[in-house]
Amino acid sequence: MTHLDTELKTLKATVVSMWILVISQLEKAQKAIMQRDESMTLEVKLNEKRVDAFELKLNMDCENILALFNPVAVDLRFVVAVLKINYNLERIGDYAKSIADYTTGMSKKFDVKSYKTIGIPEMFELSFTMLNDALRAFENEDPQLLRSIFQLDKDMDKINEEAVKKICDWIQLNSKDARDGLNLHSIVRKLERVGDQSKNIATEIIFHTEAKLLLHAKKKTILKELDKDEERK
Amino acid sequence: METIYMSKVKKSKVEQNPKQEVSVSAKVAEAQNVNLFYGDFHALKNISFEATPNTVTALIGPSGCGKSTFLRLFNRMNDLIDGVSISGKILLNGENIYDRKTDVDNLRKRVGMVFQKPNPFPKSIYENVAYGLRVNGISDKNYISEKVRTSLVQAALWDEVKDNLKKSAFELSGGQQQRLCIARALAVEPELVLMDEPASALDPISTAKIEDLIYELKKTYAIIIVTHNMQQAGRVSDFTSFFYMGELIEHGSTKQIFTSPKDIKTQNYVTGRFG
Repeated sequence: MTHLDTELKTLKATVVSMWILVISQLEKAQKAIMQRDESMTLEVKLNEKRVDAFELKLNMDCENILALFNPVAVDLRFVVAVLKINYNLERIGDYAKSIADYTTGMSKKFDVKSYKTIGIPEMFELSFTMLNDALRAFENEDPQLLRSIFQLDKDMDKINEEAVKKICDWIQLNSKDARDGLNLHSIVRKLERVGDQSKNIATEIIFHTEAKLLLHAKKKTILKELDKDEERK
Repeated sequence: METIYMSKVKKSKVEQNPKQEVSVSAKVAEAQNVNLFYGDFHALKNISFEATPNTVTALIGPSGCGKSTFLRLFNRMNDLIDGVSISGKILLNGENIYDRKTDVDNLRKRVGMVFQKPNPFPKSIYENVAYGLRVNGISDKNYISEKVRTSLVQAALWDEVKDNLKKSAFELSGGQQQRLCIARALAVEPELVLMDEPASALDPISTAKIEDLIYELKKTYAIIIVTHNMQQAGRVSDFTSFFYMGELIEHGSTKQIFTSPKDIKTQNYVTGRFG
């Protein structure tokens, strides 16, 4: 193993640790709002500092590797992908914290069953699946494991669209608690963004492993490229 | 396989293509299905390659892969080695340089070469640059003086030596000597410039000067450079050819070779995993 290999292995391990922390932040944010658990919100807030620290560390580590080892080809793509994945994970960490804040942001008479009506638990589950699939693909350097993510992002967008209608209905029924309705919409928007960030992460993994730039490409195009790669192998 | 050149030892076996036509070509240097043997050793295997005007092409690969042997095909320096046989075609601006009619001395005027270690002649700075012109029968003093000046300017050495042109070339630093050798190669207005690890014996400042110079020279010349320094290949070249065990494994734009090489062997080499 070359010196650079060792550095890249350490970099990968740091990304995986950050990734696991971010998933756990999102899980805690879910628990915080679904169970109105303020201690869990506090935990998410405290851990947010750890997510930020990971972001700074990864930025510095990537900068050092670029300056000292001049990586090229697959190694360069890996470092560039890590820089972008790092940014995406940090954003997801921010969304988790913002969602957790709604534990105290909702009025006292707000019924947590409304989350289910809007589809929020489903959106959380999709987020966890996308993030875990992407993590497995990143760890195994296997872009074929990313296939589900692009479909799940579509599902997420669909729930998001339906949620807007449901929230409108909810506000009509609970006009005195319109503020809670707006908060519900904010939570939905943030979870939808988690889906987008997860999809961006997936395209960075494809960039690393297959040298293809597919950010902003359509699902059909991405799946076609994955088919080609599978045939080639 | 058509044999186009064999060294003196086997010269009786030389075959050539008498119908070879000279044509104007957008390719300054071209190799077509070239094979080279040192005796029984197959050193270059079916290489096809081209270098276009105003570009720098870097030849990279582990030691012994054949890149310097390949470079030396373009000024027929391999002719000097006993037991060499070559097949295929090597073209300079469309002209087969291994044709029997080729004047090798004239060819070496058309193809400038810069070596790993600076090799100035034991003469003054002025005479080093003027040497090639005098050998080619030029005696007009004004012309020679002007050519010496323009060549030293092109080689980014003029400002440093203009007041000491009579000084021995050996009194220059290593980096200055190498730029003097480049000026010497440029004085005879070559069609192609070959460089065999031109900065490997130099410190980082001198290396940077040579690299800046290569960048400037490509505005006028086609350059082929052998280098072991991957970063240097990335910095100075437009195209990169990766050689391994006598084969040209991959040729492409330098950007492509260093970001997304197609062949796993290229990837392993540029990332430092073998070689």
